[in-house]
Amino acid sequence: MESLTHLDAVAVPIVVINCDTDQILPARFLQKPRSDDFGQFLFRALRFGPDGAERPGFVLNQAPFRASRIVVANHNFGCGSSREHAVWALYDYGIRAVIAPSFGDIFFINCLKNGLLPIVLPETVVLPLLEHLSVNAGSSISIDLPAQTVSLPDGVSHGFELEPFAKECLLRGMDEIDYTLSHRDRIDAFERDRVNGY
Amino acid sequence: MQPEHGPAGPLTLYDKIWNSHRVMSRDDGQDLLFIDRHFIHDVTAQSFDMLRQRGLTPRSPERIFGTADHYVSSAANGMSAVTDPERRSMILALQRDAAESRITLFDMDDSRRGIVHVVGPEQGLSLPGMTVVCADSHTSTHGAMGALAFGIGATEVAHVLATQCLWQRKSSNMRVTLDGTPGKGVTAKDLILAVIAHIGVAGAAGHVIEYAGSAIAGLSMEGRLTLCNMTIEAGARAGMIAPDETTFAYLAGRPYAPEGEQWDRAMGHWRTLFTDPGACFNREVHIDVAGIAPMVTWGTTPEYACAIDRRVPDPAMQPDPDLRAAMSSALDYMGLVPNEALEGVAIDRVFIGSCTNGRIEDMRSAAEVARGRRIASGVEAWVVPGSHEVRAQAEAEGLDRVFREAGFQWRFPGCSMCLATNGDIAAPGQRCASTSNRNFVGRQGPGVRTHLMSPAMAAAAAVTGRLTDVRRLLGA
Repeated sequence: MESLTHLDAVAVPIVVINCDTDQILPARFLQKPRSDDFGQFLFRALRFGPDGAERPGFVLNQAPFRASRIVVANHNFGCGSSREHAVWALYDYGIRAVIAPSFGDIFFINCLKNGLLPIVLPETVVLPLLEHLSVNAGSSISIDLPAQTVSLPDGVSHGFELEPFAKECLLRGMDEIDYTLSHRDRIDAFERDRVNGY
Repeated sequence: MQPEHGPAGPLTLYDKIWNSHRVMSRDDGQDLLFIDRHFIHDVTAQSFDMLRQRGLTPRSPERIFGTADHYVSSAANGMSAVTDPERRSMILALQRDAAESRITLFDMDDSRRGIVHVVGPEQGLSLPGMTVVCADSHTSTHGAMGALAFGIGATEVAHVLATQCLWQRKSSNMRVTLDGTPGKGVTAKDLILAVIAHIGVAGAAGHVIEYAGSAIAGLSMEGRLTLCNMTIEAGARAGMIAPDETTFAYLAGRPYAPEGEQWDRAMGHWRTLFTDPGACFNREVHIDVAGIAPMVTWGTTPEYACAIDRRVPDPAMQPDPDLRAAMSSALDYMGLVPNEALEGVAIDRVFIGSCTNGRIEDMRSAAEVARGRRIASGVEAWVVPGSHEVRAQAEAEGLDRVFREAGFQWRFPGCSMCLATNGDIAAPGQRCASTSNRNFVGRQGPGVRTHLMSPAMAAAAAVTGRLTDVRRLLGA
């Protein structure tokens, strides 16, 4: 997992509410090996027509947004299917952070496991931001992970919450498996000593 | 650091299962939960690759059970019917990974194979008080057994494979109380669609829902499984129902359920699995089910659902601009106009099956409507049982003949048209009456319009060729 500390990048607005993981990564690509570039499948049906031609109306097909590394989204982004492939599609495309007023539970966790930073900001900040990004295409957002702050195009900086352990993993590009395995004795003891266990 | 013990005083069912599976706690408030049962299917290959790259093997293969469901053909049984090389490779990977780690697999030629969320309860593998995970959001299904069951991502699957544990932050407690007696033609599917329409697709975000009330007590296990299955569609982490006599009667004699002395000991434990009187829920919702009619979705999220005798809502009545835009775009995709009557909208395809509604009771209720009738001309209607056991039971009851004589295709078990990963798609623009769980844009194929409903409602749509209030066909 690649480490993440600071990010200053173009942000793309995904305005639709309840954007589900079927839209982010359609199910027909679940069978692709992880070695494939999942970025090509990102928002596939929204980005490309049935003939494979780009849909010019979709934001990521508009010049200022092609270099986006941050997604700003509406409520409940990533709801629905647990497919981690949706995170891989965003990540492989180059996205390193998603800002939304709320997320699908499993998607939020999957982001943290893959070096993609999910940031919850209040609706009163995100909804005007979505509008700003739509009108001022190509605006940048700056994220400082150690300080846990986001600087928006209007120059205002907002703090965000992140669990310390998840933050440490993102900063160091580390995952949980090694950490948990270092507590193997605790797991073994739990399994041995439990009453009413299966 | 010592694990904190649960709050003193009355506990919810969720609290009890959580506390009894906590191995240790972390400074940030996350707990390491021990996982009793891990189901794998044919979309787990990438997780085993992660494990292999680290030189690790599964810690507890005896706790893992596998079945192929996403990529199997519904047209014919067996591997020879899976011709696409990428889809074959997903099933082959499951076979290889299971064999390498000596994981029990209900393989392609096994009479126990089926959709993972149908097979787990059916085989007695999902038991009260267990923690259950699977790389599939509909793992919430198994909560109907009185288990804490939830879907996880591929990296979490690798973590569970390696450690048999998972780091989790505890969700909030929410109780949805469903009281009263459902009317004729109203099934568990209608109840859950009504719940989701009521609280919204993010209405239970950050919560685990426990269902309670007289309507739950009166539900069969099949109905409870349907209810918990779609709990994820309300944004909840999990859904659960305290085990009772219905649960115990369902489990008795199942292949992997405890027997003899072990059964007695298990029952002693299972009878403690209920929410204590006075336990605190962060949120409570009460619904009287007598007011619920057969439901159908009209949009592209499960929350866009209403009674079949209603009209398509008008976005102009929605004051919030984002919600108004979402409704308008949903109606545009669905090819519906505001204030149009839902009943009578012509359909092209019917899909009866999935982890939501692929169980024997679902087959029976659809067959009751189909019996002695013919599907409407121009409609293609499929019945895809959730497992081989469901299929065999239905055939023993003669339901396959009922369906075939009515013009339905009687197919082989798997996820099939629910998410179309096996290639079972409808054509762009086609309208499908579906007993599955998601009506998302493109879910059943690009441009396909999905209406979610109960098996009886789907059978009614099949025989009339239109969205139909099943109560008319039941003579209510």
